[in-house]
Parts: sequence; C-alpha cells; structure tokens
Amino acid sequence: MDFNDTPQEAEFRAEVSQWLSQNAKLRSESGGMMSMFAEAEGGELRGEAEWEMVRNSQAWQRKKADANWGVITWPKKFGGRGGNIMQQVIWGQEEAKYETPANIFMIGIGMAGPTIMTHGTNEQKDRYLQPMLRGDEVWCQLFSEPGAGSDLAGLRTRAVKDGDDWVINGQKVWTSGAHYSKWGILVTRHDPSLPKHKGLTYFIVDMESPGVEVRPIRQITGGANFNEVFFNDVRIPDSNRLGAVGQGWAVSITTLMNERMSIGGGGGLFGGDNGLGSIVALLRETTLDGRPALEHDAVRQKMAEFAARFKALELTGYRTLSALSQGAMPGSESSVMKLAMGLLIQEMAAFIMELQGAAGVLTDRQDTLMEAMWQQAYLGIPAIRIAGGTDEVQRNIIGERILGLPTDIRIDKTVPFNEVPTGPSKKG
Amino acid sequence: MNFKFSQDQEMMRDSAKRLLADLSSYAAVHKILDSEATHDANLWKQMAEAGWLSTAIPEEYGGAGMGYLELAVLAEEMGKTLACTPFSSSIYMAAELIKAAGSESQKATYLAKLAAGDAIATVAYAEKGRIDAAGVQVKAQGRKLTGVKSPVVDGLSADLAIVSARDEEGVSLYLVNLADSKVTRESVATMDRTRKQARLTFNGVDAEPLGKAGQGAALLDAMSYKAAALFSFEQVGGAQAAMEMAVQYAKERYAFGRPIGSFQAIKHRIADMFVKVETARSSAYYAAWALESAPEKLQQAASGARVMGIDAYAFAAQENVQVHGGIGFTWEANPHLHMKRAKHLESLLGGAIVWRERLMRSLEQAA
Repeated sequence: MDFNDTPQEAEFRAEVSQWLSQNAKLRSESGGMMSMFAEAEGGELRGEAEWEMVRNSQAWQRKKADANWGVITWPKKFGGRGGNIMQQVIWGQEEAKYETPANIFMIGIGMAGPTIMTHGTNEQKDRYLQPMLRGDEVWCQLFSEPGAGSDLAGLRTRAVKDGDDWVINGQKVWTSGAHYSKWGILVTRHDPSLPKHKGLTYFIVDMESPGVEVRPIRQITGGANFNEVFFNDVRIPDSNRLGAVGQGWAVSITTLMNERMSIGGGGGLFGGDNGLGSIVALLRETTLDGRPALEHDAVRQKMAEFAARFKALELTGYRTLSALSQGAMPGSESSVMKLAMGLLIQEMAAFIMELQGAAGVLTDRQDTLMEAMWQQAYLGIPAIRIAGGTDEVQRNIIGERILGLPTDIRIDKTVPFNEVPTGPSKKG
Repeated sequence: MNFKFSQDQEMMRDSAKRLLADLSSYAAVHKILDSEATHDANLWKQMAEAGWLSTAIPEEYGGAGMGYLELAVLAEEMGKTLACTPFSSSIYMAAELIKAAGSESQKATYLAKLAAGDAIATVAYAEKGRIDAAGVQVKAQGRKLTGVKSPVVDGLSADLAIVSARDEEGVSLYLVNLADSKVTRESVATMDRTRKQARLTFNGVDAEPLGKAGQGAALLDAMSYKAAALFSFEQVGGAQAAMEMAVQYAKERYAFGRPIGSFQAIKHRIADMFVKVETARSSAYYAAWALESAPEKLQQAASGARVMGIDAYAFAAQENVQVHGGIGFTWEANPHLHMKRAKHLESLLGGAIVWRERLMRSLEQAA
C-alpha cells in the first residue's frame, strides 16, 4: 500500500506538468472545485458567448491532440496516447490546476468513442474517432425520452427501414450540447412487437440532417445547456448503424458503463491533499451570529463530517482506479462514487449557503462566498443525482450487481413492448 | 499509487480468516456473551501461537518486526468475526505506549511478554467514563497510586495496566501489576458482554512510571491516533459482516411471495450500507498507510477513518437489525452482537463528536 506516486507515475506527472505550464495559466486556489460547477454556470450562456466557449474548448482539445495529450487512455492506433488509467487521473489532477476551457467532449471522447471502438465497423472507426479526438466534431447523447428516463429501454423513438436508410420519428430530451454538436448517439425502437430490450437499434445521427429540430430547455439553474430534440422523418443511412439490428441495448450498456466511469472518476474536484482547506480558511472570515463561523461548534462538527466524507470519496475513487490499473475489470463500483458524491455536495451546498446569512439565497457573485459557487452547486446538483442513472438506479446496481440481491419482479421484460402497460397518455 | 495490501499481507489475511472461522464463529461469540468468561481464552492462546500478538513488536523485543499494515489486516478480520479477546487493549494500546515511552528495560521486560501472550495488558485512562486528561483524579504519590478507573476494557483479564494518574508534574503514566493485593477489580455491567469491562480501585498500589512525568496526556493522545487507525479496521470489518448478514437474510427471507431483498425498501437500505462500508474502508486504508509510512498525515487520516468507521458500523449494525425484523430483536439471533460491538468500539477513545473536532483542528492547521 502506497499513496504516493510510483517513480513512473512521478515521471509522468512531471512530464504533464511541464507541458501544461508551458501551454496554460495556473488557476486560483479554489478553482479546482469551481470547475465542477462550470457546466451549471455555462448554462446561462446561449448565443455568441456560448459559441466562443465552444471554440475555446475545441482549440484547447486540438492543442492537446497535437502534443499527443488528446486522450491518454485511447489506444495508439486510434490516435490516443496508449496510456493507462492512472496516467489519465494524473493528467486530470494536473490539468485541474490550470485555467482551461469547459470540457464539451465528455459525450464524444468519454462515451461515444469507446462505444464505436467496441461495436463499430472499421469504416466507422476511421471516419469518427480522429475528428472526435481532435475536438473538430462535438457529440451529444440521444437516449432519454419524455417517457423513458430510468426505464431507458422503454424508449419509443421509432426507426423504420426504408431501402438503404432508416427513417426516424420521435423525441429525445435532456440532450446537453445538442445545439453545437455535429453528431449524436441515438437509440431507437425498430420493432415494438419484440420484448422491450430486444427491439432496439443504435445509430450515429448527423445533427445537421433535415428533420432534426433542437429546442432549448431552461433548467432550474436558469441556464439552458440542454435541449429536447425532435426527429421528423429524419433519414439515417444504414451505414451509420452501430451494432446489429436488435443489438441496441447491448451497445447502449457499453456507452452507459463508460458514462459512469467518467462521472465517477473526475480528478479535478478535489483541491489536492488538503481537501476542504480553502473553505475552512474562508469560514474564519465569515461572521455568524456575532462571531466567526469557525468558532461555532455546530459548524465545526458539520464541516468535519463533510471533510471526512469528502476525503473518503476521493480515496474511494483512487482505490477503484488503483484496482483498474492493476487489471481489475471495470465494474459497478463507480456507482458508490456517483451516489455518495451527489448527496454530499447537495448537503454541503445547503449548509454553506446557510452560513452566508441573508446572502445565502443570492446568486450575486460579489455578495456571496466563493463567487456564489455553492449557490450554483445547490441548483446544479439535482442534475448530478438524476443524470447518468438516478440515485435509486445506482442503489439497484449496488444491491443487485455488487451484492447479488434478487432483482425486482418485472412485468415488462418478456412481453412484446407494445403490450407493456403505460400511463394514460402513452401508446407504443 | 497502490491501494492494495501486498501478497504476503493477503496470505496473512487468509490464514487469519481460517483460524477465526474455526474459533470465532457466531456460536463461539454467543458462548462468551452468555458466560462470565473475561475473554475467549482458547482463541487468545491460538492467536498467540500463530504469532499475531508479536506482529508489530520489534524483533529485538521478541516480536516479528512487521508493521502496522499487517496489524490492520488482522484487525479487520477480528472485527468481522467479533473476536472476544484483549488484542486491542494489549497490542494496539498498551504495547504501543510501551514502545513509545518505555525505557530500554521496560521494553525488554514487557514487550516480549505481550508479544508471546504470556501477559495481557490494558490501558486504564477513563474515570467514570470521562476520558480527557483534565478529568484524571487518580493520585500518584511516591510511586503509589490511589483512586478509581472505570471503565477499563479487559481490566478483568489483564495482568498489567498502564494507568494515567495525577502527580506533581501533571498527568503521568504508570505501570501497575493488577495481581497486587492493593488493586480491587470489579466487573461493570456493559451492553457488549463479549468485551467485558472492569472498575479498578487502587489502594496505594506500587506503580512504575512509564515515560516522562507530566507527559501522560500527550502520550495517550499520540497513542489514540494510532489505535484509532487500527480500530477503524475493526469497525470496517464489523460493518462488512453486519452488511453481509443483512444480504444473506434478504435473499432467504420471503414475504408477499418473494425474497425481501427484491423490495427496494430493503435493497436500497443495504446499498446505503455498502456505500458507508466502502468509503469507511478507503479512509481506513489511508490511515493505515499514514500510520506505517506518513506520520505527518496520521492525525488527519486517523480522525477521518474514525469518523467514517463509527458511522459505517453504527449504520450497518442498526439497519441489519431492522432488515431482520422481529427475529433481529432476539438475544439468540446474531444482529445484536454487532449493534453492541459498534457502540463498544465507539465508546473507546471518544466518539464521533470528539474526533470530528480533532479532524477540524487538523484541517485548520493545514489551511
């Protein structure tokens, strides 16, 4: 057991650090935690400022790719560095120390890329992976629907074969970045008479195709970085099918496994060894009921509890990664991270808002602690607890896949999809 | 970074598992629960013969000269099986104090005996439950102790106690032979009867100073961080065992025509146990590493591990009773063993309030 870098890891870290220091600017101390909520803030942008963010993000990715830092863990044959997962973590830790643009490539590089590598044809790999890695083409995920969230396999967007094309009709929702994406990964139902998991087929869709309509959805943060996407007789060539007809569920699982990996494994959230040190320092300056917040035992107790949980999650992330780097298969362990992190940050945000007195509810950057970061977190965190598998789905995964508890009794799994009971407004 | 125990350490775990599976089954624990035995003497003897007690004691004092990671492996397995022995009192606490503060001759005399299991030692620091040094009222005058310590874990079985006492220099530590006629030992009733406790009354008993006079509070404080790291493995092991018991029962018990584990009300409760066990485990690993290799990180790491360990074990133990329903409330079933052991481990060294404050102080120093 050793929590320090191995000599090889230290050497890699030095190499990363040297490149970053020559190509980016160090950020302020609390920046690491801020970056987690950048997306929530970014949501307030739409219009020219957002396009500028997209261009900056693409430029940074291209710069990294030119220096062979584009994706650490992708194999060399796909343009990656061929590195291991610990190197990816080290990269993440070091990059978080610098001011870098928002990362808009999570869906592409983190999810669509690995899915294409696993299920794609050689032509698909040749066409899509390189522009994805270089940041030239942004990707979005078209999975959820108004009637299919946690029950993803209940989706109803129809794909009907017509010659060499498929014709798509339906609606997707909660699609981050659909308005600036070139490509989407899309799961559809090609046969409603089959049981729900068997009637699905997976496609790559050109977001510029006729009949694709993207409409913004305003979130509780006030921003609108996600969308609903309508498909009206959209034609997709059969060559853009990913995996066999009817294999859509298996292909989706590949995507979702990679999603959980990327949500759970973030290295930029933690401000290094000192965890919540910068917040503790701030609470010395914050007055609560006539004395510094840090002199209230209730505050000390709560902050210490948060610190213990925070550090424990950081360590759990590293423990999972350390096991992966020693050859363990990626399993369901990242469910623990996702579940516990969402709850912890939500509690912390509510508490740190309370410490700000009358400013607790403000989103004004000038009158709040840490430029309203915790207010942004308070508003943004419900998304973390819902997206990528809700808390409840994560608990099912832990219970069933890790602990081997029996599954729930299902009435929808074996019958034809169009005979599954629905609410009053839905019909297959 | 490497978050794993070594192959040798894992082999040690396997052999510990085998020994404990034989000798510290739930049935064996129930026997101690229902008897007046101070501890499981046979298990203790087997542990000594297997060399467990000598693990982290240096070779020059008759030990095996291994480290704290090995001790942590044993602690986890003992916690899992609720082993009813004075291991923690004698080894994590007393032996560590002697290692830290003893003279050459004290180390030579006592450590070899503790390593071999020829003597059991404990630390008598609490008075009417109060554990902070300011509360010490036992008096030391001319190397003789007078006063009462209570509760003292393993005070009934120990041959030797390290006692905190007030003298001209403040609070100091003393070694006392508990067989001396000027010591009265009484059993005190405790909820966790698998870890029996005592009230020790000193009536002017001869005592030998351990460490510098006036350093007692500092020595106990330093020892408490080491012990907290090791106890956190017992807590993680216990929490894991309680969770596994809940999983097992939820698979086997049927209600409404299906296993109760298929209900999300039960499944999600157990999933929450898993989250707490795994995060506490990560914190415990970190504390063990700090204890072995990074002493400058020990205060923060051990405080974190203790806060997480207390919470995980309390939650898993309590909710395991709930998952079991009515049978979980009975004496003959096993869930209550963990519920009581969780409180026992929390009561030693101070509970979560104390350790959250310690964690906060270490964060403030770092900030």
